[in-house]
Amino acid sequence: MKPAAFEYLRPASIAEAVAQLGEFGGDAKILAGGQSLVPLLNFRIVRPSVLIDINRLAELDFVEEDGGGLRIGALTRHYTLETSPLVRERFPVLSAAMAHVAHIAIRNRGTIGGSLSHADPAAELPMLALLLDAEIRMLSAGGWRCHKAEGFFRGPLTTALGEDELVTEIFLPALPPRAGWGFEEFALRSGDFAFAAVVAILTAANGKIGEARVAVMGVDETPLRLRAVEQSLAGQRFTAKLVGAAARQAHANVQPFSDLRASADYRRHLVAVLTERALRAAWARAA
Amino acid sequence: MSNPRVISTVVNGVQYERPVEPRLLLSDFLRQTLGLTGTHVGCEHGVCGACTVLIDGHSARACLFFAVQADGSRIETVEGLGDVDNLSPLQEAFREHHALQCGFCTPGMLMTCVDLLRKYPLASDAEIRDGLSGNLCRCTGYDHIVRAVRAMAAKR
Repeated sequence: MKPAAFEYLRPASIAEAVAQLGEFGGDAKILAGGQSLVPLLNFRIVRPSVLIDINRLAELDFVEEDGGGLRIGALTRHYTLETSPLVRERFPVLSAAMAHVAHIAIRNRGTIGGSLSHADPAAELPMLALLLDAEIRMLSAGGWRCHKAEGFFRGPLTTALGEDELVTEIFLPALPPRAGWGFEEFALRSGDFAFAAVVAILTAANGKIGEARVAVMGVDETPLRLRAVEQSLAGQRFTAKLVGAAARQAHANVQPFSDLRASADYRRHLVAVLTERALRAAWARAA
Repeated sequence: MSNPRVISTVVNGVQYERPVEPRLLLSDFLRQTLGLTGTHVGCEHGVCGACTVLIDGHSARACLFFAVQADGSRIETVEGLGDVDNLSPLQEAFREHHALQCGFCTPGMLMTCVDLLRKYPLASDAEIRDGLSGNLCRCTGYDHIVRAVRAMAAKR
C-alpha cells in the first residue's frame, strides 16, 4: 500500500512540464489532483519512474468566457466547477453533475484535465465533455493539438492523448438558447461510482423539441452519445409516448457488462428509467 | 531510495523543515516523521476518509497526497482543533451527541465536517449524510454523527 520509489519533478511552467514529458515519455506520469493516480501508485498497479507535479502551474487553473462558451483550464478542480458562477450560468448541467463526483475531499483535489486523461468509464466528466461537444486542447514538445471529445475516449482508461502530451484546457461551445438539462445517476451509495448515468439536453422550439442530446456512462467501455435516440427526439412534440419510446430505444442501444455489483440486464433497465427521467427534467427546464 | 528533498510546511501553525523521500505519503509524514498520530490511516487508497486533513484550508485525503507536495503548504490536522481539556465546538458537539464509538474514523469525520460546515448549507439530514458519505464509520454510528453535525449547522 506504499508506492514504489519515483523521481519527483515540479516544473515551473507549462513549457517545462511538456519538455519533461517529452524527455521521459512513457516512464513519466503527470500528477494533477492525484485522486485516481495515487491509489494506482499505492497499489503499485502503475510504477512510473518519474512524477511531474503540475499543481503549481496556476496558468492551468482558470474558467474564462469565450464567446458564449467557456474555456476551462486543465487544473480546475471539481469543486471549482461545482461552484463557479460562470459554470452555473452557462452550463448548469456541469455544476449539477459535479455534486455527484465522489466526496468533498476528492472534489477539492480532483481536476478536469486529470479526469479526462484518466478516462474512467464511470466518471462524470468524460460523459459531460461528450454531451457538451467539448474540445480538448493538448500540448507536447511538438506543439498544440485539439481533439473533440467525440473519439477522444478509446476504451477504459484509454484516450487519444499521446504519452508526451499534456491536456492544458477544454473549450465548451455555447449551448443553444432555451436549452434545458437533466442529469440522472444511480449509485449504491452517494459518491460511489455509478452503475449508470444519463444526461440530456433539450431545446424547445414552438412547442416541439429542437435539438436533443443524450449521453450515458457506466454501461460501456467509454461514455457514449446515443445518436439514434437524439435523432428520434429532434423535431418531435414532447409526449409521454415519445419519452417512453426514447427510453426503450436507449435500452436497446446500450450493451452493458455484468459484474459483481450489477448485471447487464439491470444496467440496461437503469438506462431506460434514467433516460426517461433525464428527458422529463430537461424538457421541464427547456419549455 | 530516490533523493530526499527538504520541505518546509506549516502544520497546525507550527513550521517544520524535514527531508522527505518523494514517495512518502502525507499521512505517513504526519504520523511517523512528525509524530502527529491523530490522523488515522485506514485504507490508503482514498476510500475510507480516516486520514482526511485540511490542505491550504480544503479537506483532502492525506493518503493521496505526497509530503513533498506539501512544501510551502499549510496543513491542519485533528490535533489543531483542540485537546482533551479544550475541545473545539465541533469536538464538543461530537462528545455531546455521542458521535463516536471506537473513535477510529473520528479525526477524518471532524476534519471533513470543518470543511462541510464552511462550504455547504447542510439544511437537511440528507445533505449532511451526502456530505459525510466519503467517511466510513465501521461502528456504523452515523445517526449520532449526523446529530452532531445538525447541531453545529444550526448554530452557525
